[in-house]
Amino acid sequence: MTRLTTFNIVSLTLGFAFLYIPMLILVIYSFNASQLVTVWGGFSTKWYGELLRNEAMIDAAWVTMKVAFFSSTLATVLGTMAAYVLVRRGRFYGRTLFSGMIYAPLVMPEVITGLSLLLLFIAIGLDRGVLTIVLAHTTFSMCYVSVVVSSRLVSFDDSLEEAALDLGASPFEAFRLVTLPIIAPAVISGWLLAFTLSLDDLVIASFTAGPSATTLPIKIFSSVRLGVSPEINALSTIIIAIVTVGVLTASIVSKRQITRRLREEAQAG
Amino acid sequence: MRRLLVGVPFVWLLVLFLVPFGIVLKISLSDIALAIPPYTPTLDLTEGWAGIRDFFSRLDFENYVFLTSDDLYWKAYLSSLQIAVIATICTLLVGFPVAYGMARAPEEWRPALLMLVILPFWTSFLIRVYAWIGILSTEGFLNQFLLWTGIISEPLTILNTNTAVYIGIVYTYLPFMILPIYATLERMDASLLEAAEDLGCSRMQAFWLITVPLARPGVVAGCFLVFIPTLGEFVIPSLLGGSDTLMIGKVLWEEFFNNRDWPVASAVAIILLLILIVPIVLFQRNQQINKEAEQ
Repeated sequence: MTRLTTFNIVSLTLGFAFLYIPMLILVIYSFNASQLVTVWGGFSTKWYGELLRNEAMIDAAWVTMKVAFFSSTLATVLGTMAAYVLVRRGRFYGRTLFSGMIYAPLVMPEVITGLSLLLLFIAIGLDRGVLTIVLAHTTFSMCYVSVVVSSRLVSFDDSLEEAALDLGASPFEAFRLVTLPIIAPAVISGWLLAFTLSLDDLVIASFTAGPSATTLPIKIFSSVRLGVSPEINALSTIIIAIVTVGVLTASIVSKRQITRRLREEAQAG
Repeated sequence: MRRLLVGVPFVWLLVLFLVPFGIVLKISLSDIALAIPPYTPTLDLTEGWAGIRDFFSRLDFENYVFLTSDDLYWKAYLSSLQIAVIATICTLLVGFPVAYGMARAPEEWRPALLMLVILPFWTSFLIRVYAWIGILSTEGFLNQFLLWTGIISEPLTILNTNTAVYIGIVYTYLPFMILPIYATLERMDASLLEAAEDLGCSRMQAFWLITVPLARPGVVAGCFLVFIPTLGEFVIPSLLGGSDTLMIGKVLWEEFFNNRDWPVASAVAIILLLILIVPIVLFQRNQQINKEAEQ
């Protein structure tokens, strides 16, 4: 279907302009010297300097990174286990409940997830802070990891594992030496997804964070409520830059892997 | 070993997903109290059987009755549904032509175009919503542009209205609409269109008779992927919407944090879930049918 009509070209141009112009404006105006965010007052990087001197912001960024790292790592371990159990381990008692609990958090509104976890932490008397945010983020992102990993597990042949078991590997060895290398790309993208979900989350973190721990989205939200600020524009630009570099690198690496595998397969065949 | 593999994630979800859910249900049946935690009764197991019986006898549906008697709540549910439906239709109208254009683009462009759709999805949701505050405000970029071109002579009020909420939803959820539609259109056999045209269909007829029915599974999936999260949306109405923008996610948040009425907030959450079950079940069924059709 490669017949681009004028209509197609116009709709593609408008569609991508709509997706990218707002972010472009943010980036450009983060270099604005003026305090007035919608009036151009010359080029300046002063808001980046202000941002680096804003200790509350730096603290929040640090808390966010810690939470994202621990919750995505935990979620990757738990989510991979859950995917393996659901795809490979046939029937067991409570399987329906288990798969229901894996899929439900994906469609659960964030306000409800946040509310219910907060009520749990209060009921068991757990002080709200970094730990509670990590627990909350792990719970919803493990479900995303499990979906990503199980789609990979479904598509590969379990006879490879059986062969390893027949040849005397223990189930753990078979998993580590055969299954894990094959599903590794899915596990890594699951981890990345969990990491970004955690970095991004405002609603669940607002419910489960105590006064002792503020994450970056909570900080951004409370300052954005008062209106646009050039400092937040600078922060947004940094985040957009990191995400763009990260996503482009990941796609180039995975493209190389695919070409290498295709070449190896071509040679072997 | 095997027990550990099943047990650890199972117990995790049981404790951090199902139990909290039970607590919400329980608190929604409780009464508000001036205490910490601010609801009553609390389960006291030290009193044994009598304590448990007393606990259950003091639960009632009072909060749910309250929700039906105050029009704030049912108006909020209705307006959430209305906003979610209109926003989903708008997203479809914007997303379909883009997905269609992508599917017709030369094959070597497609990975790059796909990348351009996925990239915003990885960028912070909050920042993407925030970007629109500067654009839509009275002295914002859109008004500056329209005044400069002379289309309008006075700035429009868009920020803090429902229009701004629609724009925000279309913008942030657009990738969810484009990706499934593109996936179905890309798989479509181009020779079908040629056959139709050979048999005397005009291009327009071929589009409506062949492309649209074949794209249906992707369209349905995209619509649900936008509709379901939009219904409980909090960030967009609270940043772009005005004081008269009623959405249930915002009402729940305010009930909990500002009014500190936990029992009512919990009841609001339970009703929202009951409403969500319908689209979720329909979505699951659509995905199941698609999967079977592929095999």
